[in-house]
Amino acid sequence: MKNKEPLILAVVVFFTLVTYYLVEPFAHSQMHKHVESESFAYADLPAIQKQGDVTRGQELVMGAGACTGCHSINVVKVPATMEPQMAAASYGVNPPDLSNAGAIYDPKFLAAMIKNPAHALMVEHKFDADAGKMHPMVPFYGAGGDIDQEIADMIAYLQSIAVKAEEVTPIMAFENACGRCHAVSYENWTPIGAKPNFKDKKDSLAFDIKLLEYQDSLKAYMGKTPPDLSMYIRSRGEHYVSTFIENPQSQLEGTAMPRVGVTPEAAEKVIEYLQDAGDTKRHEREEIGMSVMIYIVIFALFAFLWKRKVWKDLH
Amino acid sequence: MAHFTKATSVKDWLNQRLAIEKVEKVMASEYWIPKNINFLWAMGLILMITFVLLLVSGIFLLMYYQPNVDTAFYSVNYTIMRDVDFGWLWRHVHGVAASVVFLIIYIHMFTGIYYGSYKKGREMIWLSGMLLFITFSAEAFSGYMLPWGQMSYWAGMVITNLFSGGSLHADFLVEWIRGDYVPAQAFLSRFFMLHVLLLPLAILGLIGLHFAALRIPHVNNQDGEEIDFDAESKKYLAGDKVGSKVMRFGNDFLSKDMMVVGIYLIFFFYLVFYHYGFAMDPVNFDPADGLKTPAHIYPEWYFLWSYEILRPFSTDIGLMAFGFAQVIFVLLPWLDRSPNTVPASRRGLFAIWFWAMLLDMIVLTAMGKLPPSGIFSTIGLVAALTFIGLWILLPIITMFEKKV
Repeated sequence: MKNKEPLILAVVVFFTLVTYYLVEPFAHSQMHKHVESESFAYADLPAIQKQGDVTRGQELVMGAGACTGCHSINVVKVPATMEPQMAAASYGVNPPDLSNAGAIYDPKFLAAMIKNPAHALMVEHKFDADAGKMHPMVPFYGAGGDIDQEIADMIAYLQSIAVKAEEVTPIMAFENACGRCHAVSYENWTPIGAKPNFKDKKDSLAFDIKLLEYQDSLKAYMGKTPPDLSMYIRSRGEHYVSTFIENPQSQLEGTAMPRVGVTPEAAEKVIEYLQDAGDTKRHEREEIGMSVMIYIVIFALFAFLWKRKVWKDLH
Repeated sequence: MAHFTKATSVKDWLNQRLAIEKVEKVMASEYWIPKNINFLWAMGLILMITFVLLLVSGIFLLMYYQPNVDTAFYSVNYTIMRDVDFGWLWRHVHGVAASVVFLIIYIHMFTGIYYGSYKKGREMIWLSGMLLFITFSAEAFSGYMLPWGQMSYWAGMVITNLFSGGSLHADFLVEWIRGDYVPAQAFLSRFFMLHVLLLPLAILGLIGLHFAALRIPHVNNQDGEEIDFDAESKKYLAGDKVGSKVMRFGNDFLSKDMMVVGIYLIFFFYLVFYHYGFAMDPVNFDPADGLKTPAHIYPEWYFLWSYEILRPFSTDIGLMAFGFAQVIFVLLPWLDRSPNTVPASRRGLFAIWFWAMLLDMIVLTAMGKLPPSGIFSTIGLVAALTFIGLWILLPIITMFEKKV
């Protein structure tokens, strides 16, 4: 009798794969909009034409009524003017510390941000200056000279004080770009910083009250409390998270979430942080996966030899 | 009372008390299986092994899972996935096995339909198998509630709503099932109980019944041949292993089963480590939120075909069609009026019916997941009507089938 098993196997595999294709890749392609990454090029923003000067940049950043009126720069000992929950009550969200802004954000984005925050952040649908809805960050109108030159100087200064691009860690990138709005409870992160291990319950409660006050302001500012991102790497997947960071409007038109303008390298660090939170055991999974696969192949081989031995007498 | 003598060995000691040699003969070495079978006959053992994988991984998960609406999500996604050593492995094994077990069940079922293994004394095998299918479905659904993610919550909401019976407005029944107006603590606790106790007990009992039902009619074969098991087994025992049409369950049949199991486990563990996404829906990694309906609510893939029979119609007709789809497979041995117990390929129109049914269920499965709009909605409606039509046709085409 002709052996029909290869044909039967082919039929089973064929129908299994067809069903898989239809309910997974095909169905998801129909249900979700596909957004291609633009590799964090920010093509809509103009390139910086001028060569920046660090010393002049320092004067501009530190000058009266300039950045340090609202932003702290811890690395050069410029402290925050208020506690986070107070800052959020004033501005909606705590303005970021600028110590490492030069390493984490794209220079084109920083330039656009200084000049016109609502445009750089892609939240002009929310902050329309003509309608009297100003973005809480005041645009830089120039210090009397060539405004583009001045902005280039400021960026040169911010880059000079920041860590080198390769020294940016996942937590650093996340804290700067995402961490003032989003909690990651599985990493013990709150929008006002990692919650310390308080010995005294009163201190712990005091921290929680600050956090609640902060979140109230944030909710009023954003429209809703931004979600906890602990499991986002599993619930949204790497591609979605990455393209969302690049341009939130592309996935969710009208969202209050601003474009954050990170460099491609910093975006990778943010993803790594989210993987550490929501897919903690991925390295262990790959290692053990390999061992298990080798074991199972050996098992199958022995099972095959056993079958051959037993069936030798049956034919 | 039985007469006991001083045991000559441990085996003898056990033999006098438990008749282990006889048990071994009945269960393995003199349990006769036809030789003309193919690898599809190994699906039973594969299901058994997958069930054991589910049971063992489930026991480990049960040690850390907390059936509480406030802590369930955390206990799964933080405690089990991060804190517990290899907790992630148990969860992935459990999740993937829960999905793959249905693939094997469907292969097992369609094998039975193709070879006519529900006829002539094998009706109880089919019936107990269908009861297992229903119990496994309930087990899968109740388990899906436990992580208390968005899809757990909303699938729980949608499926329990079906019990209101459309225009019957049996809302009291829905509330009774949920123990509340919406899925909440009472709902989670009772589905937890069902998942870890009542349904596994029922499954164990039904597996026993399923095996017992095989005993007297024996396993079918791939040629529809009627085998005289007594004569053939005598031939085998007399030493004519090659000439006999039957073989021992252990180790003849078992050795081939284990070979197929080996190949299956390569496939299975590949999925567990490298391709688990299909079995662990991303939406369920968002915690349950009764105020936020997901954009698309769909069941796991193995329920999609019956979901799609419900969906294209108006509420009442949809529910009736859905009810029809749930019970109709059970009645197969009586709807098939043909006297032939041979493979579908030799049964004329029935062969067409078989492949049409298979294709129709794949189409229903695909449409069940896609958004019900435009062309997908039309295809779904046609496929649902085809499903019902095929079952109405079955008794007619089989009645006129010639005896082969």
